[in-house]
Amino acid sequence: MTSLARGGRRIASASAASTGWFISDVAAIAEVEVLKLRRDWTELLTRAVQPTLWLLVFGQVFGRIRAIPTGSVSYLEFLAPGILAQSVLFTAIFYGIAIIWERDLGILQKLLVSPASRGALVLGKAASASVRGFSQTIIIYVLAAVLGVRLRFDVGALLGVSFAVFLGSAVFSTLSLIVACLVKTRERFMGIGQVLTMPLFFASNAIYPLDLMPSWLQAVSRANPLSYLVDALRGLMIAGSHATFGLPLDFAVEISALVLLVTLAAKLYPTVAR
Amino acid sequence: MSTRSPQNGLTPAVRTWRLTRKFGELVAVDNLDLTIEAGLIFGLLGSNGAGKSTTIRMLITLLPPTSGSAEVSGFDIRREPREVRRHIGYVPQMLSADAALTGRENLRLSAKLYGIARSQRAARIEQALTFMGLVDVADAVVREYSGGMIRRLEIAQSMLHRPAVLFLDEPTVGLDPVARHAVWDHLRELTGEFHTTVLLTTHDMEEADALCATVAIMHEGLVVASGAPSQLKAKLGPDAKLDDVFVHWTGRALEHGGAYRDVARARRTAHRLG
Repeated sequence: MTSLARGGRRIASASAASTGWFISDVAAIAEVEVLKLRRDWTELLTRAVQPTLWLLVFGQVFGRIRAIPTGSVSYLEFLAPGILAQSVLFTAIFYGIAIIWERDLGILQKLLVSPASRGALVLGKAASASVRGFSQTIIIYVLAAVLGVRLRFDVGALLGVSFAVFLGSAVFSTLSLIVACLVKTRERFMGIGQVLTMPLFFASNAIYPLDLMPSWLQAVSRANPLSYLVDALRGLMIAGSHATFGLPLDFAVEISALVLLVTLAAKLYPTVAR
Repeated sequence: MSTRSPQNGLTPAVRTWRLTRKFGELVAVDNLDLTIEAGLIFGLLGSNGAGKSTTIRMLITLLPPTSGSAEVSGFDIRREPREVRRHIGYVPQMLSADAALTGRENLRLSAKLYGIARSQRAARIEQALTFMGLVDVADAVVREYSGGMIRRLEIAQSMLHRPAVLFLDEPTVGLDPVARHAVWDHLRELTGEFHTTVLLTTHDMEEADALCATVAIMHEGLVVASGAPSQLKAKLGPDAKLDDVFVHWTGRALEHGGAYRDVARARRTAHRLG
């Protein structure tokens, strides 16, 4: 019994150490992104232009004509979480091109020859995308607050938004990485990235409620992970709003999508370097 | 099965058995049988497209062999790829240090991915910087480094975890003579101080002659000659140079051959070196 118990403890300890290294590898890859952003803020500023235009122009105009029924919240309040999700999507969906650059520079090969697991490298890249997602979150919160959107600032809501942004960034950047692994060239990747972005955005509840969509589009929207990200953000960001699907379902869909995509990407990731 | 300790002098650093890699109809590496003794600098020579980079990519687990097998430091490249990766260092032909990070940050990333304990990291990084003569520029971003400094940094990165075998793919391509000689000196010191086995590919015969204890000449996927450079030259005549040996065994001068991708990669590296 004693030796069995010891053996079990050793396995548990090896497993804990392995998990520790996995997390450490993910953090090491993500830290690189933080270091780069700290050194060069210009990208953050340029990426702020698009959501600013959506909120300032699209949001205010559509808010005035009252064409879209949004229940107890104003259209701008309805739109703000959608625009945050859109920013997360647009930032993350082109993340895969960095993998192709890194392959051409030899950085990818060096990462793949390290003992870090493929899953940790992929999740590290996903966490890197989240770093950019968090910066977008801050910009959109500031902008929304200036425009009079009733935001929630309680700790639970802020943590929930952070987790949702992390998951959304990770899901779409991993999807992007999978596309990069399959197409392998920048030119093809850019074409497919453009093709993916708009359908994901318009076939979601980001700028109009599901109820307004024809039934076929509702079905597509319910299969779109962006809809669940928007729904979670709407429930957590805006005072007086709620998540239509429910937060447990929103997070369950995002987590499941992430696990599935990371598993697939970890298989495909080494093929980029061949 | 050979004993697993790389340092006991019994296990060859690298051993291959009929190692083969095909790309469609093209046989890039053809039934390669190779034994590299530990502690030496070994040169794999050949023109572009001869199969030397493909051989390295299989040995470092980036590319699965089509058939045959190989052990690196006593570990099977197919069955124990993570153990292989734990025991090797790799410097790709491309300049793979992250140009947006400082030298120290690049080293810290490598230290984390190779699992060097937090308590040892700073000391190991300082030691590597001192050994490679990079202390003064450790906190400058790598894009400000010269080509020779980047190569030294990359060797420092690949050596941080004290690998048993160090793989270098054309380490001095694009470097000026002074930087080239500095890299050679550092490689000699590495084998002297840490008993590291170095396997490098090159098509620079002067480099092979000056640096390598043993060389193997590859031509169209096959090893056509191997031995100490002095032995290979002596077989050809008293005044023979390694260039003559190369032409004798391959029947062609070095400028022949090379796939578009190989040439593009070499030019890109040379371009980055300015």
